[in-house]
Amino acid sequence: MSMMFAPRLTEAAAPTTHAAPTWSPYDNNGGTCVAIAGEDYCVIAADTRMSTGFSILTRNYSKIHQITDKSVLASSGFQADIRALQKNLDARHQIYQHQHSKQMSCPAMAQLLSNTLYYKRFFPYYAFNVLGGLDSEGKGCVYTYDAVGSYERSGYSSQGTGMQLIMPVLDNQLKSASPLVLPLRQSTTPLSEVEAVDLVKDTFASAAERDIYTGDGVEIVIVNRDGIRHELMDLKRD
Amino acid sequence: MFRNQYDTDVTTWSPAGRLHQVEYAMEAVKQGSAAIGLRSKTHVVLATVNKASSELSAHQKKLFKIDNHIGIAMAGLTADGRVLSRYMRSECINHHFVFESPLPVGRLVVQVADKAQVCTQRSWKRPYGVGLLVAGLDETGPHLYQNCPSGNYSEYQAFAIGSRSQAAKTYLERKFETFMECTKEELIRHALFAVKESLQEEELSSGNCGVAVVGIDEPFVVLDPKTLQSYIESLETGKEEQQTMEETGTDDRQSLQVQHEGTGSRGISVGAGDDSPTDMET
Repeated sequence: MSMMFAPRLTEAAAPTTHAAPTWSPYDNNGGTCVAIAGEDYCVIAADTRMSTGFSILTRNYSKIHQITDKSVLASSGFQADIRALQKNLDARHQIYQHQHSKQMSCPAMAQLLSNTLYYKRFFPYYAFNVLGGLDSEGKGCVYTYDAVGSYERSGYSSQGTGMQLIMPVLDNQLKSASPLVLPLRQSTTPLSEVEAVDLVKDTFASAAERDIYTGDGVEIVIVNRDGIRHELMDLKRD
Repeated sequence: MFRNQYDTDVTTWSPAGRLHQVEYAMEAVKQGSAAIGLRSKTHVVLATVNKASSELSAHQKKLFKIDNHIGIAMAGLTADGRVLSRYMRSECINHHFVFESPLPVGRLVVQVADKAQVCTQRSWKRPYGVGLLVAGLDETGPHLYQNCPSGNYSEYQAFAIGSRSQAAKTYLERKFETFMECTKEELIRHALFAVKESLQEEELSSGNCGVAVVGIDEPFVVLDPKTLQSYIESLETGKEEQQTMEETGTDDRQSLQVQHEGTGSRGISVGAGDDSPTDMET
């Protein structure tokens, strides 16, 4: 016992080295999120698998969170951080509603999310977010984020473990042609809500083939002027 | 109230064992325009008299939503009331963040009371000059509480505070035994009658009163002027119908007539012969 308390003589001489970290405050629970914005709708989707390492924790976990009547947040990454982030945004939204007697618009929520993420710049939320909804004019909007709050509004986006598989497909289907390429192509015909939902289902089915962290099911949320609608589709469970 | 030589500080007792500053603060509540609250088994209704300080200005906001299940009506220094409502909202949000459940009304009321008490025992502070009627719903059902500047609080079946509240209280004392079984519409009508008593000569309209309701599965909401006006009008038609019923003794034809006269009151049943006569007025 006394040996434990005796200081080692070599300690002062040896240069200090960082021990390999044995514990990480973060974990990656996997999964993929996608959102597509239309003329008057927005489709937000995420798979329902929650994993850790090579194991599945549950096949039925929702990564999607509705914050306001017109904004829906889908996040993949570390679900504990994501839950805390969702609760934080909910509380901030409550305060806003008390002060302004109305709900936050989607662009306002987008800015709030960015600020909330950057607030923890030096111990970030391990959350890869996609915010979707309708802006103040009723047009669909999608905002995509990195872990520390850098964000951009775009027509479509994906985040998470299946992002690398899905994003090129969305680019191919949805990105407008470059005006430099000849012959000049007309701007792409607007995607209908049904077409967008079908595209999302196809992308998830494809991602589930090769990404081990994506599968089990996909939860699809559609926001339009009539309100918010949910759909569920099964995915491969392997 | 006359000046005393022991009323300079809130931390000075009078020989009679009173804190005059606290009592003066309660006087400020009595000077404010009236606030009324009443509850049934399923709902709690708050009503306020809205007095504009001049013809040119809008009236002060006296009904505040604190959370989906709690709201307040205030009488007295509304600025102090705003500060307290900010505190109450913050407490509700924090509680919900930690426990993911609504803050029980009684707990919030005690927290506000303790906050008010602090101001009665610090020489560098002054008591809050506002009385609150806290209406809320939790697992144990609907509740109505009053918070005083003194730091006291108590639960009520029905109550009124502010100027000319005695008239409203007299009405409530007459009727309160029927409140538990009232529907939401009946409860709102009782509240409006009580406000009428406080207004005395003035005519009741959506411009000089406010009403808020909270109920089981119904979040706290302040009624918009249109809805409020239709409730006020239903008071009139209810009274007319009362008189015609008493005079002619018939019911159906008269009540049908009255319902057509009623201005699109969203199907609020104006006692089509079903309501007991004691509902409206004795």
